[in-house]
Amino acid sequence: MTDNASVSRQICGNFANDKGRLMDILLGVQAQAGCVAPEALDEIAKSLSMSRVEVESAATFYAFFSGAPRGRFVIRLCNDIIDQLHGMDRIVAAFRAELGIEFGQTTPDGLFSLEYTPCIGMSDQAPALLINSTVVTKVSTDMVHEIVQTLRVSKNLEQLKLTLGDGNNSHPLVRSMVNNNLRERGAVVFAPYTPGVALQRALSEQPVELIRIVKASRLRGRGGAGFPTGMKWEFTRAAAGERKFIVCNADEGEPGTFKDRVILTEAPGLMFEGMTIAGYAIGASEGIVYLRGEYAYLLPYLEDVLAKRRAAGLLGRDILGKSGFKFDIRIQLGAGAYVCGEETALLSSCEGKAGNPKTRPPFPAQKGYLDMPTVINNVETHCAAARIVENGPTWFTSMGTKSSSGTKVFSVSGDCSRPGVYEIPFGITVEELLTHVGASDTIAVQVGGASGRMIGPSEFNRPFCFDHLATGGSVMVFGKGRDLLAISHAFMDFFVEESCGYCTPCRAGTRLLQERLGRFLTGQAESADLDYLEKTGKTVKTASRCGLGQTAANPILGTLQSFRPEYERRIKTNGSVFLPSFDPRKAVAVASSIAGRESEQFGTQKGGVKQ
Amino acid sequence: MANKPKLATVSLAGCFGCHMSVLDIDDRILELIELVEFDRSPINDIKEIKGRCAVGIVEGGCCNEENVHVLKHFREHCDVLISTGDCATMGGIPALRNTIPLQECLEEAYLKGPTVYNPRGKLPNDPEIPLLLDKVYPCHEVVKMDYHLPGCPPSADTLWQALVALLTGKPIALPYELIKYD
Amino acid sequence: MSAKVAFTIDGKTVQGEQGQTILQAAALASIYIPHLCAMKGLSPWGSCRVCTVLVNGRPQAACTTPVAEGAVVENDTAELKDLRSSLVEMLFVEGNHYCMFCEKSGNCELQAMAYRLGILAMRHPYMFPVRTLDASHPDVMVELNRCILCARCIRASQELDGKHVFDFVGRGSHRHIGVNAATGAGGTNLKVTDKAAEACPVGSIVKKRVGFAVPIGQRLYDSKPIGSAIESGRAAKG
Repeated sequence: MTDNASVSRQICGNFANDKGRLMDILLGVQAQAGCVAPEALDEIAKSLSMSRVEVESAATFYAFFSGAPRGRFVIRLCNDIIDQLHGMDRIVAAFRAELGIEFGQTTPDGLFSLEYTPCIGMSDQAPALLINSTVVTKVSTDMVHEIVQTLRVSKNLEQLKLTLGDGNNSHPLVRSMVNNNLRERGAVVFAPYTPGVALQRALSEQPVELIRIVKASRLRGRGGAGFPTGMKWEFTRAAAGERKFIVCNADEGEPGTFKDRVILTEAPGLMFEGMTIAGYAIGASEGIVYLRGEYAYLLPYLEDVLAKRRAAGLLGRDILGKSGFKFDIRIQLGAGAYVCGEETALLSSCEGKAGNPKTRPPFPAQKGYLDMPTVINNVETHCAAARIVENGPTWFTSMGTKSSSGTKVFSVSGDCSRPGVYEIPFGITVEELLTHVGASDTIAVQVGGASGRMIGPSEFNRPFCFDHLATGGSVMVFGKGRDLLAISHAFMDFFVEESCGYCTPCRAGTRLLQERLGRFLTGQAESADLDYLEKTGKTVKTASRCGLGQTAANPILGTLQSFRPEYERRIKTNGSVFLPSFDPRKAVAVASSIAGRESEQFGTQKGGVKQ
Repeated sequence: MANKPKLATVSLAGCFGCHMSVLDIDDRILELIELVEFDRSPINDIKEIKGRCAVGIVEGGCCNEENVHVLKHFREHCDVLISTGDCATMGGIPALRNTIPLQECLEEAYLKGPTVYNPRGKLPNDPEIPLLLDKVYPCHEVVKMDYHLPGCPPSADTLWQALVALLTGKPIALPYELIKYD
Repeated sequence: MSAKVAFTIDGKTVQGEQGQTILQAAALASIYIPHLCAMKGLSPWGSCRVCTVLVNGRPQAACTTPVAEGAVVENDTAELKDLRSSLVEMLFVEGNHYCMFCEKSGNCELQAMAYRLGILAMRHPYMFPVRTLDASHPDVMVELNRCILCARCIRASQELDGKHVFDFVGRGSHRHIGVNAATGAGGTNLKVTDKAAEACPVGSIVKKRVGFAVPIGQRLYDSKPIGSAIESGRAAKG
């Protein structure tokens, strides 16, 4: 391994010792030195004139940074629920057998580390994994064998024989086996795109007129929350600040969401164009795309698209000859933290800090990136804004419903024959979508990912739109035979793992809910636990500080509402004096094995309780 | 006399400090005797509860199988069970071991600790010794408990007020000064 | 002089000033809103969530929410009391709080909050986490078993002492207080006279050799609940 201290010093220098770029510095040190060791913390702190503990705070927040060396090839297997339902266990077993280590460990030769990672945005081609930043999809046990053998011998990721995916996934700068699975193209995001047309049109208008157009289109945020985009732009334009920023949230971490990945692969120009238009509209000259670390494989391609736009006069100074209008975009890579999809946590991360959400108010429109007025929109929203400027608000409002105009890009995964990405006008019902995707015998649909809601067939006649079923795009389909509580428990595992830990209800409450729900799966629940889940779930929802915590109890609160019999049928009523959660045989098992004798009172696990 | 409700008390993984606190009610113990008849209790050394008890006072949490057995016995024979003291309500001092794996704990205590004298080099393992639990459990994580009186120990006044309220059919409403965790 | 802002808390009209938080304005009006991470003199933080109130029906942390003209704030309701109790109980079970031998007992804000809320036992199961005790500093002990992650030490060090002795390290349930030295608190420039050494609401950062100085019965919260000073109008005068 390379010397951590000198690597750190050099990388800090590359970023002009700017503490605002700490994320990039840590990413660089991790990539080059294999870890961010204690001596790296000291060196970075010195170079950036920061406190060591401040550097440590950021370095220990993100899953992709490690304090101790990991293997040359870090294999991160996605343990999202969809992957679990698509044979993840077999892949787990295959890796254990091939490498002789457990997940969380590194092989003695320092070549491989095995880790789990939450949804990497490949649910339509599960099971999937990352090897460093290379994506492997539809993993089979044979592939596990081949991957390990190839890397063991060649010690070179380039040697992996991966079938390249469709569209730009085969682009020389991407060369990934990811597939778009773009099943239906709509009129907004995936329609043919000519660079500069929308921007040309925008620059012929006054900025305030653009805001009026976007407002008239009734465009609402595509990330899930649905805030009116035009209003956001207006607030930010009106806010006082020396500099203003346009941020694109490409930290698509919601389990089961992968539509931004396809947009980034097939329509990044449109997204950059939307950002540039927004910059013109609010008076910003700087843009940042926050790209989740899992999509690092797209970075060279996206940088290339940006370079070409600069060369074509679509970015930079005097854009398209408009004197005085300058705008440029940098890409900030994340490092494995779902919470950074929360807009204020995303800003903290862009500033080089741990991804803690910020206190609101003030809102980003007043004080965002570097405390300056900032617009943050989802990838899809920026694309839609560009189209609206190009084709007019009436064109946009002619699609979708009154409350939700335009199209929505859905990511569909789970038990269906055509998982993938669908761009469809708002207003389509669940039932209709299920037909599009080839799903039958569906018992439940998870709308909006882990933080969304699970609905049953009685609600399949409801339409997707902001007034009914709002979703950032994730639609997970669960067919006959799936254990809905086990699925909800997997979602709780996710929140426990991804809570930033800032506030009490989310940090501790998610763990308590996860544990209590687990009792229903292990036959240790009593009827009072229903009340506990309901009340504690409500506390977490009510008292949490940001959107993550406020939605973290949804897997439980939603299923309690729609699938209560699933809980009730698992309640233990055997008339024992002991609480169902207390198993005396389990409690004495360790001592029994140490002492080499059975429990006088309770027998052993095998023997059963003596009465 | 025969109609007096019965009271049983026990110390599980506790230090008998809560029982000492019961004795601290001083001469009020005479009034208590008017209200109840003592069934199983260290005070009279009765080993098993003989009849149905109105109230059971449980000091200490559960650290071994015998504690669990006794707590079960109390739950079966008492109408109302009171978790008394910090050990019963949260595990107390014995629960300090809960962050240490049991094997390590035993080795430190009997083999490796700096003050250990154990020439045989073995962990005590007489069949008479109850097996330890994987951790120390507060009583309410083992069986249903009806009331909780924290404190180390709960003060004599706390115990007195709670008992009198219970035995006279009134709700337990402790004033601020009597809710203490130390 | 900032602009006046009138709003109500549980029906009582409160005169606040533009820029104040609900918590600050309430304290000046002798209304106590239970809180732990908020501390006079430190910037608002909003992590413990114990000060959750309803503002026009929506839950908000009173310590970070600015006063607004005409706002209707609900504070002292049975539902909020239960929510606060649940949060305080979470803080108890996720740490290792042994009040019976803690030198902060009687002066501890977490314990006092539980007393005030009338908590007799925790509704949540105890987690018994493995946490560390750092005794490397000659005059100050950092005992993370008792930490409630309120960031008062972090803020006091930066905002009052002009240092950066403490910060959070790790994420989620791994989040804990880290110190600005690989060797522990003893390797930092923390002084026993620093405000950061006094800001801890619990027994997590305590000064050595001065514990148990006040006899039981005379400690801060032995006979008067936390918040009494605010309710008696002392905050308004001070």
